[in-house]
Amino acid sequence: MAMLSFPNIAYLIPLLPLLGFLVNGLLRNQLSHRAIALIGSGVMALAFGISLLVFYHVPAGAPTILTAFDFIRIGELQIPFAFQLDALSSLFLLIITGIGFLIHVYSSAYMHEESASHYGRYFAYLNLFVFSMLLLVMGANYVILFIGWEGVGLCSYLLIGYWFRNPAYSQAANKAFVMNRIGDLAFLIAIFWLIARTGSVSFTDLPMAIGTVGQSAKLSSLDITGITLLLFIGATGKSAQIPLYTWLPDAMAGPTPVSALIHAATMVTAGIYMIARSNLLYTAAPLVLSIIAIIGVATALLAATIALRQNDIKKVLAYSTVSQLGFMFLALGSGAYVAAVFHVMTHAFFKALLFLGSGSVIHAMSGEQDIRKMGGLKKSLPITYWTFLIGCVAIAGIFPFSGFFSKDAILLSAFLKSPIFYVIALFTALLTAFYMFRLFFLTFGGSFRGTEEQHHHLHESPAAMTIPLVVLAILSIVGGWVGIPEVLMHGGDRLVAFLSPVIPVSSGHEISHATEYMLMGLSTGLVLLSILFAWNKYKQYRAEESDNSFARLLENKWYVDELYQAAIVQPLHKLGGWIRSVFEPKVADGAIQGIGRSVRYLSQQFRLIQNGQTGNYALWMVIGIVVILSVQFFLRK
Amino acid sequence: MIALLLVLIPLIGGGLTLFLPRPALARPVALTIALISLIAVLLGLCQFTQAAHWSYDEEWIQPIGARFSLKGDVLAKWMSLLSSIGAVLSILGGWNTDRKLPARFYGLLLWMQAGMSIVFLASDAFLFYFGWELALIPAYFLSSIWGGEKRIAVTIKFFIYTFVGSVLMLIGLIYLQQLTPDGSFQWQAFRNLELTESKQIWLFWLFFLAFAIKVPLFPFHTWQPDAYEQAPTPVTLLLSGVMVKMGVVAMIRWLLPILGIGAFIWSDVVICLAVVGILYASLIAIRQDDLKRLIAYSSIAHMGLTVAALFSLTGFTNNSNVVLHYHHIGFQGVMLQLFSHGVNIMGMWLLADRIESRFGTRKLSELGGLARTAPTFTIFFVIIALANIALPLTNAFPGEFLQFNAIFHAQSPYRIVFLLLSGMGVILSAIYTLNMIRRIFYGETNAATENGLRLTTAETLALSIVVVLVLVFGIYPQAALNFTNDFSWEYLKSIDITRFLAK
Repeated sequence: MAMLSFPNIAYLIPLLPLLGFLVNGLLRNQLSHRAIALIGSGVMALAFGISLLVFYHVPAGAPTILTAFDFIRIGELQIPFAFQLDALSSLFLLIITGIGFLIHVYSSAYMHEESASHYGRYFAYLNLFVFSMLLLVMGANYVILFIGWEGVGLCSYLLIGYWFRNPAYSQAANKAFVMNRIGDLAFLIAIFWLIARTGSVSFTDLPMAIGTVGQSAKLSSLDITGITLLLFIGATGKSAQIPLYTWLPDAMAGPTPVSALIHAATMVTAGIYMIARSNLLYTAAPLVLSIIAIIGVATALLAATIALRQNDIKKVLAYSTVSQLGFMFLALGSGAYVAAVFHVMTHAFFKALLFLGSGSVIHAMSGEQDIRKMGGLKKSLPITYWTFLIGCVAIAGIFPFSGFFSKDAILLSAFLKSPIFYVIALFTALLTAFYMFRLFFLTFGGSFRGTEEQHHHLHESPAAMTIPLVVLAILSIVGGWVGIPEVLMHGGDRLVAFLSPVIPVSSGHEISHATEYMLMGLSTGLVLLSILFAWNKYKQYRAEESDNSFARLLENKWYVDELYQAAIVQPLHKLGGWIRSVFEPKVADGAIQGIGRSVRYLSQQFRLIQNGQTGNYALWMVIGIVVILSVQFFLRK
Repeated sequence: MIALLLVLIPLIGGGLTLFLPRPALARPVALTIALISLIAVLLGLCQFTQAAHWSYDEEWIQPIGARFSLKGDVLAKWMSLLSSIGAVLSILGGWNTDRKLPARFYGLLLWMQAGMSIVFLASDAFLFYFGWELALIPAYFLSSIWGGEKRIAVTIKFFIYTFVGSVLMLIGLIYLQQLTPDGSFQWQAFRNLELTESKQIWLFWLFFLAFAIKVPLFPFHTWQPDAYEQAPTPVTLLLSGVMVKMGVVAMIRWLLPILGIGAFIWSDVVICLAVVGILYASLIAIRQDDLKRLIAYSSIAHMGLTVAALFSLTGFTNNSNVVLHYHHIGFQGVMLQLFSHGVNIMGMWLLADRIESRFGTRKLSELGGLARTAPTFTIFFVIIALANIALPLTNAFPGEFLQFNAIFHAQSPYRIVFLLLSGMGVILSAIYTLNMIRRIFYGETNAATENGLRLTTAETLALSIVVVLVLVFGIYPQAALNFTNDFSWEYLKSIDITRFLAK
């Protein structure tokens, strides 16, 4: 049974969700709710089990490459359909299948009111989403990665527009896909560039391309800068960074578990993964790293300011994701790839928890998403309340919750890069704590502000929804303990050691323990103050005054959507309309119409001969051929 | 033998169908003939693969030196496969539509296929020209008798356009024939001419215009949306799926190897037109309410990319295997995309036809909500539409991917600009395609779309063939790339104009 042992068994990891997609997709009209949920979640459980197996078998040295078949092979250009198993991919496999599984289980209850056919469609899409993401992280070269990359774009499109009868939702789905495609184009060009210079797209050929093993580099520094910059533009689309972030908040149109999937386990983490995967190239492109750090910290700050003034529970979480992704890019830009991957992991735990928790709230509130109309939910939803609180503490980054360790690693890397980055990042972390606890107190604290009917209906969610919450809450607490900084515990940072085959440990900056303690103490103290401030302000609800113009600016998300609309969408739309109704008929076609008019007489004759008599047509054909042949004959010398 | 059969089966079969005594027999007979052609191609690809099986040469019109010679190289085989699949899809797709004079309709349809077979297989320029016109004349009659309301005006425009092109090409052919030592129209004789730069520079346009009109390339495209809109769908399907490929095939076989210097000198202009065409057609498609016209403009954009890629391969390699290798990558993309685009666009027409015949409208604004009332149809539509915009794991992705590589390696100072602008097509195509899907399938139903639409067995079969081809060549494109691999390499060596430098 060579197929069922390492490494070949890894083929099953993507194949299982694909199978689930096919079965649920094709048989959705025949299967019961129960069978659909069982198949959809079952394949995820199996995939998670196999991912665990792979995780424990993955060798510490060179990656294991599984080659299925040639995808494209032309001469020396070889692009195999191959998977790469190493520390980085196996870690992502665990996150994707593990959290993916919990989201599937949760969905089985959350989506239960859908008809069987739509329920089947939903689970099919969900499985396909996971399949695409698995291709993305398992792919052994940029092309297979790109297949998964566009695949998750497609699946997010299908799921955001899942409730397709609502036109606004399908608009949001289109927006997500198109913005992603802008980034995808840059990604594609980076691949072409790489092929042109190195003739290969495999990750294992990257060291050779930059010439670290004693031979001359195939890539000049201009090449590396160009390629990494283009790849990063691709990442801004997928991972919702400036300037391509505006699709993510709109993506809330999808069912809430889908948001959890997009924000935690799949999709938006793809950009981080891709850059961490390409870390050899990025380390050789310091200019691009600085750009990434600037974009990252700017996105983190911008999104955090917007989150301060949002009243839709999912919108707050969406902007917090954009902001947290900004943190991860700041880490990447500071060269702290492991810190970014670490934050992907802890963020996956607490963001999945928060989204699923918000789903539980929305479920209890009969679909209400406005936190101004909630309040006092602590009593009716105890499990949701406690787990949500854990999520908020984790994202705020309080010791010893998971967010503390990863955020601390990022702040430290920012400090080493430049004190300015550190200050902005720290400020953003304070905003994060503030808006998260504003959300928390408005939702769960104070007294209930909804309608009487909603109040009557309030209930804790069923076990299929609360168990995933509890599991994620535990992970949100302990998940950070794999990366305890050296200063707190000797040998505590096991993540760095684990990822070292893929991400070489940099030997650079060392800072004193005293400084490190001071930074930690400073951030923790300020975050606690920020939470206290939020508590003081929102423990009793009162309507927020939004008459000052800055608050309005934030409520309207800095008018970025409006700016894009006015500067890009509308002009293109107008140009298209002008070409269609003016240029095309008047100029491009006008010329030929002129010729047409001048031979109107001829066309009259043609009209006469179109009398439906096939005999005449045959005659005309013969005449035509004869004429052509005679012309030919006489022209002959 | 196979080559001759591919011409004779539709030619004689079409003749038979034309004069069938009972109209009801027309469809089954035509389908049988189309299937026989398909089987002949498949036999030729799998069983009778030697050159002898695929060539035929006979005296034809002796006074002018034209011979009836057919030669099936890989390009011809590949296109014959597409053309015979196209004929089957075209007949299957229209299976449930009743037409006046069915015997005439299907007879002419088969003759169109015969003409296209000649174009793909001919190795004699005059025979090629004969096939070019033979394919056109039935198309002209099919559109003018069975077409939409505006068919007369539109077919005349179509006719003028293609006639102008044909006349120019004929002049060019005769000129070349006069230069050959033995007054021959043979491809090899033309190839041996090795004309000087000063001649190639103007001769190029005689041929290029005819081919560009056929593709069609901006700004010679305005016949196409009208013709596609007005022609009956089985004809449109063959026009866009197979006949426009004649333009590219003609460039590959009759232009680049014979007038390589001319092609290289004008390549920047051609690529520029192609790239402008991509943006131009895509922008129109975004603002298009008519489903058929939208598909027509998307086809202009996609073929523009193929032409841009093809002309990026012109020029000198200085016999460098590295340069050839990169050209090889690009040309493999052109070969793959010729087939894939044909399949996908034919799928789009099958879908568009079903919508029009069911709801009596092609206007996106009059449709909506079909995802709820016609779920199976929606799945077919979404898969084929996404294939049309080259989503990975569909057949168009590897083709477009490799074609972009060709543009990246063009011997032009503007190659990066060309790449970026043609790349914009990737984004714009997503916009118009997703908007099309949204407006047809999402939102609420209206009175017309409330009752949904059911696919007949024939339609389901036709669409399934398309989807299978989309997925097979999307997941395992290497199957196609293996088939065309050696041909592409040899072909690129043949169009390399380094040989002129040595002289």
